[in-house]
Amino acid sequence: MKFSLSWLREHLSGDYALDDVTGALNRIGLEVESVEDKAAKLKGFTIAYVVSAVQHPNADKLRVCMVDTGTGEPVQVVCGAPNARTGMKSVFSPPGTYIPGKDMTLGIGSIRGVESRGMLCSAAELQLSEDHDGIIDLPEDAPVGASYVDWIGLDDPVVEIAVTPNRADALGIHGIARDLAAAGIGTLIETPIAPVKGLYPCPVSVAIEPGAPCPAFALRLVRGVKNGPSPEWLQAKLRAIGLRPINALVDVTNFLTFDRNRPLHVFDAAKVHGNLVVRPAKDGESLLALDGKTYALDSGICVIADDKAVESLAGVMGGEESGCDEGTTDVLVESALWEPINIAQTGRRLGLNSDARFRFERGVDPAFTVPGVELATQLILDLCGGEPSEIVLAGAIPDTTRVIDFPLALTEKLTGLVASDAEQVGTLAKLGFAVEGTSGTVRVTPPSWRGDIEGKADLVEEVIRIVGLDRVPSTPFPRDENARKPVLTTLQLRTRKSKRALAARGLVEAVTWSFVPKAQAELFGGGQPELALANPIASDLSDMRPSLLPGLVRSAQANADRGIGDVALFEVGQVFKGERPQDQFIAATAIRRAFAKPTGAGRHWAGRATAVDAFDAKADALAVLAAVGAPVANLQISTDAPGWFHPGRSGTFRLGPNVIGHFGELHPSALEALDAEGPLVGFEVLLDRVPEPKAKATRVKPLLELSAFQPVERDFAFVVARSVAAGDILKAAAGVDRKLITAVNVFDVYEGPGIDADAKSVALSVTLQPREKTLTDAEIEAVAGRIVAEVTRKTGATLRG
Amino acid sequence: MSVAALPDLASLEADLLAAIAAAADEAELEAIRVAALGKKGSVSELLKSLGGMSPEERKSAGPAINGLRDRLNEALSARRTDLKAAALAKRLETERVDVTLPVRETPAEAGRLHPISQVIDELTAIFADMGFSVAEGPDIEDDFHNFTALNFPEGHPAREMHDTFYLPTKEDGSRLVLRTHTSPVQVRTMLSKKPPIRVICPGRTYRSDSDQTHTPMFHQVEGLVIDKGSNLGHLKWILEEFCKAFFEVDNVKMRFRPSFFPFTEPSMEVDIQCDRSRPGEIRFGEGSDWLEILGCGMVHPNVLRNCGLDPDEYQGFAWGMGIDRIAMLKYGMPDLRAFFEADVRWLAHYGFRPLDFPTLAGGLST
Repeated sequence: MKFSLSWLREHLSGDYALDDVTGALNRIGLEVESVEDKAAKLKGFTIAYVVSAVQHPNADKLRVCMVDTGTGEPVQVVCGAPNARTGMKSVFSPPGTYIPGKDMTLGIGSIRGVESRGMLCSAAELQLSEDHDGIIDLPEDAPVGASYVDWIGLDDPVVEIAVTPNRADALGIHGIARDLAAAGIGTLIETPIAPVKGLYPCPVSVAIEPGAPCPAFALRLVRGVKNGPSPEWLQAKLRAIGLRPINALVDVTNFLTFDRNRPLHVFDAAKVHGNLVVRPAKDGESLLALDGKTYALDSGICVIADDKAVESLAGVMGGEESGCDEGTTDVLVESALWEPINIAQTGRRLGLNSDARFRFERGVDPAFTVPGVELATQLILDLCGGEPSEIVLAGAIPDTTRVIDFPLALTEKLTGLVASDAEQVGTLAKLGFAVEGTSGTVRVTPPSWRGDIEGKADLVEEVIRIVGLDRVPSTPFPRDENARKPVLTTLQLRTRKSKRALAARGLVEAVTWSFVPKAQAELFGGGQPELALANPIASDLSDMRPSLLPGLVRSAQANADRGIGDVALFEVGQVFKGERPQDQFIAATAIRRAFAKPTGAGRHWAGRATAVDAFDAKADALAVLAAVGAPVANLQISTDAPGWFHPGRSGTFRLGPNVIGHFGELHPSALEALDAEGPLVGFEVLLDRVPEPKAKATRVKPLLELSAFQPVERDFAFVVARSVAAGDILKAAAGVDRKLITAVNVFDVYEGPGIDADAKSVALSVTLQPREKTLTDAEIEAVAGRIVAEVTRKTGATLRG
Repeated sequence: MSVAALPDLASLEADLLAAIAAAADEAELEAIRVAALGKKGSVSELLKSLGGMSPEERKSAGPAINGLRDRLNEALSARRTDLKAAALAKRLETERVDVTLPVRETPAEAGRLHPISQVIDELTAIFADMGFSVAEGPDIEDDFHNFTALNFPEGHPAREMHDTFYLPTKEDGSRLVLRTHTSPVQVRTMLSKKPPIRVICPGRTYRSDSDQTHTPMFHQVEGLVIDKGSNLGHLKWILEEFCKAFFEVDNVKMRFRPSFFPFTEPSMEVDIQCDRSRPGEIRFGEGSDWLEILGCGMVHPNVLRNCGLDPDEYQGFAWGMGIDRIAMLKYGMPDLRAFFEADVRWLAHYGFRPLDFPTLAGGLST
C-alpha cells in the first residue's frame, strides 16, 4: 500500500514530519517498507521559457535556443529535440546538474562549434517516464524559474507500507490517518459525506441471484457527463503511487480505492444492454477484461451481466466492452459488497490480481458501500458534470454490529503492560470503537471497518499497539520447579549422536532436498502416487524421498564434477515410506566415494591408497548403531539388501524380525541411473527401528568383574567352502562356552594356492578367560577340541593341517 | 700349596682390570668374568685354595683374595653398564625417522556438522537451560494441524502467504501438505500434553518459493509456553536472553512491532539491534540498524480452543524464527542456497567439528 505525504495530509491535519509518520507507522504495526522521495535528486531542474529557437548553423537536427531561466540574462542552449520551438516552456538544467536518465553530470559544452550552457530535458532524462521523444512541453502558466518537481507536486515523499491481512482498513489512506491520529500523530480530518440528491429514478435495475456471493449492490446513473483526462491534481496523486491516469471517470474509482479502501466500478451506460444481474457465470462464457486479457469463466465465478453478456468479473475487474472512455456520456457507478472467500478463489483461479481483488478478499467496510457511491458521484459531478439518478440498492447492507465484553484487566494479564482504564478506553475510542463503561469490564462495539476484531484478545492488541509495545516490561521467566531432566526424546538424542558419531569418522554432513525426481524415488523403493507433490517447484523436486541415498550420491557426484572425488558425506533426516506420521522415519545415511576411507582420503606415504569398500560402510553403520545404543552384539547380518545395492557386496542388519538398515557397495545400475560414478559405498539405518532402551531405575553400572587369572589365546585355521559365512564360523566358535570364551576374532582369510579352488581358509583367534583358576593344558585342549568339533558340525569346516 | 706359591695378586688384579676396561662388548666381558670368577676361574681357584691354608695364612690371604673378587665384580658391573649404554647409543644412532613427514588427518578433524545441526544444538542448550524440552512432528501434515487448528480459515488470504506444497487430492477432497511452518508441532503438543507446556520445535519446513533468500525447504524453530499466567513480558525477557546467549553478546536491544499471524493475538515481529556499517559483517548488540529476526505473540484464543484448552483458564505465548536465517546472521554466511548444495568446500569452511559440542558452560561456539 502506497501513499504520498500530501495525500495523507488531506486526512490528517497537524504539524508533523515524514519521520514522525514513518516512526509511528512502524510502532503501530503498519510496517514501512520503503520511502521514496523522487524530488530529492531532481531539485536542480527548473521551469524555463524558450525565448528563441533557431536552426544550428552546422547541424540540420539541432537548434540553438536562448532560454529564460528566471535568473537573469537568457542562457544559450543547443538542443536536439524535434519539439524545441520559440515560445514554449520546458524544464532546464544548468551545468553541474546530475542527469539521472543519462547517469552523467552536465558540463558546459560546445556542440558543433556552438557553446551550450545547460540542457532542456525530456521526461526520460529525469526518469519520470519512458518518454524521450522530445523535451518536456509545459503549459503556458508554468512559472519560469520555479522548481519543476515542486510545481508538479513531485516534492512529495511516497511511503509504502506492508499491510497485514487483518488490516483491510489500512488499505485506504483515511484508515492509515485514523491509526496515526490515535497514536498521537496529527488529527484525523472527518468530513461528513453528504448524500447527492438523485434527480430521477435509476433506469437500470440490479438483481442478485440467490446464492450469489454478493450481500449488497448499489448503483447510480450519472447522465450527461463530459469525460476526458482528469485534472492535474488527480493525475499527480495517482502517478505518485504508481497508478496510470486513464480518464476522469476511471480515475475517480481508483482514487476512492486508495483514499477510502472502497473499490468501485464504472460502466458506460450506453454499452450496457438492459438491466444488470449478479450471478454465477455459465460454463462457456468468457470476458475480455480491462487488462486486455480474455478469461474463460465457469459457475464458480461470480459475474455482473446484462441482458446480452457478462460485463464484469465481480469484485475483481471490469469488462473492456462496457468500460468508460473519452466518449462516455452516461455512466453507471457501482459500489458493491462481495464475499471475501469467493473473490480470493476467483482471483487465484484466474491468476488475476487487482487493487479491487486485494481489498475485497481482505474485507472492505460494508457501511461505506453507499457513502462510496455518494463520494464518487460528487467527484464525477465536480470533474465531469452531469445529472445523478437516485441510487438503487439490491440486497442489504449487512449489520456487522457485535459487542465484546472486555475486562480491562486482561491487558495486563496477557501482556504485563500497565495502562490505565482511561487510557485503554480512550485508545479504543480514537480507533473508532464504541465503548460503554469506563472501568472493570467494558462493552466494546468495533467499528464497521474492523471486521478483523473478533474478541477481547484483539482489543488487547489494539490497546498495546497504540500505547506502545515498548511499555511491555521485560519480565524474568522463572524456570520450572521440575527437576533438570533430559529435554530430548530418544529419537532426538539418536539423531544428535549419530551426527557426531559420523562426523567423528571423517564424514561431512550434507542437508539435501526432501524431494527427489520421480525416477530416483522409484529406484530407491518409493515413487508412490500419494507421495508425489501436486505442485512441485521443479520437475526434479517432485517426489518425497524414500531414502537419503540418491541425494547424497548426487551430491558426491557434484563434488566430483568440481574436482573433489574423494568425498565422504552423511545426512540424518526424514525419509518417507508413506504419508501417515508413522510412515515418516529418521534415517542416518552415509556414503563414501573413491578413496575417502575412514582412515583418511586419498594417497599417503604411509600406505597405498585403497578404494572404499563395503566394510567401510559397514563400519560407519556400526558406529552409528553403537552410538545410538543399539544392541550391536545381537545384530544379524543377511545378504538380502535391496536392489540399489550390489547383490554380492552388501548386507542387511536385522534385530529379530526388524530390518534396521543396509550397507554395501551401490549397485552399478543405480549409480548409472543417478548419473554418478563409483566406487561408491554407503549405508542407511532407520533410527526409529532401533529398540527403545529399557528404562533404568538408577545410573549405577553393573559391577566390574576382574579375573585374577591370565587369559589364554588359541588360534585355529579352518578350511571351509567359500560360500560359508565367516559370521557363522564365529557364532559356532563363540557358542561353545559363552562364559569361558570372551572373544573370537578373524585374523586371516585366504583363498588361493594350497587351498581347493572352491574353498577358503579362515583363521580365528579365540580368547579364553578363566575365572576361578588357571586352566590346565588338558582343559585348554578340551575346549579347543569342542570348538573344532562345533565349527565342523555347523559349517563343514576342517582344521587346516 | 704354600704361601710362596701364591701368585702376585697385585699384578693379577692389574691384568684383569685392564682386560675388563678393554672389553669391547658384553660377550668379551662375560668371557673375562668366566676366566676369573667362573667355576674354574683364576680368582675362584684362589678362593678355593683358602681352604688348604693354615689359619695364619688364611688370615692374611683371605681378605686379599676376597677383596680382589669384590673389586673385580664392581669393575665388571661398571663396565657392563657402560657397554650397554654405548650399545644403545649406537643403536639409537641408526634409528631415524623424518619427523616432518605429514601424518594422516584425524577423522574427527576432517568430519563436519552442518551449521543447521550445530545451531539446533545451540538453541537446545539455551532453551533447555530455561526449562524447555524439544518437540517434533511429521513433515507431511494434514490441513487441520497445519492450518485449521492454527486459526487459518479456509480461503483466508493468510493461507496464501504460505506458498504451500500439496500432496495429491484424495477421494474425499482432502489433501495433505508439506508443513509450511513448525507450528503444527505446537498443536500436536497441546493436544497430547496438559499444561504447563514449555517446548521448542525445530524442524524442516517447506514453501514453494525460490530465490536468493528463499528455498523451497528451510528450517524453523518455534517456542511455545502455555500455563495460567505467562505473558508478553515473559516472552520479551526470554527473547532478550535468547538473543544475548545465541549471538554471544553482553547486551542487545530489541524492537517489538505489532504484526499479524492468524495463530497469535496480539502478534508481533521483533527486530534486533545491529551494526551493518562494515561490509560483509553484521555486529549485534551495537549500532543503530534493525534487523527482523522473528515473529511472536500470545497464542490466539481460537487456537487454544481448537486444542481443547479453555482460553479463560490458560494462556501463553509462541514465537518462531528461521534456523537457517539466524545461522546466516551469526556466522556470516551470505547465501541461503549454499546450505543445501552439499559442496564440501562450503561445508569444510562453514561446518563444525564433531567435538565442538555447544554448551552454555563452555561457550556455544568456542
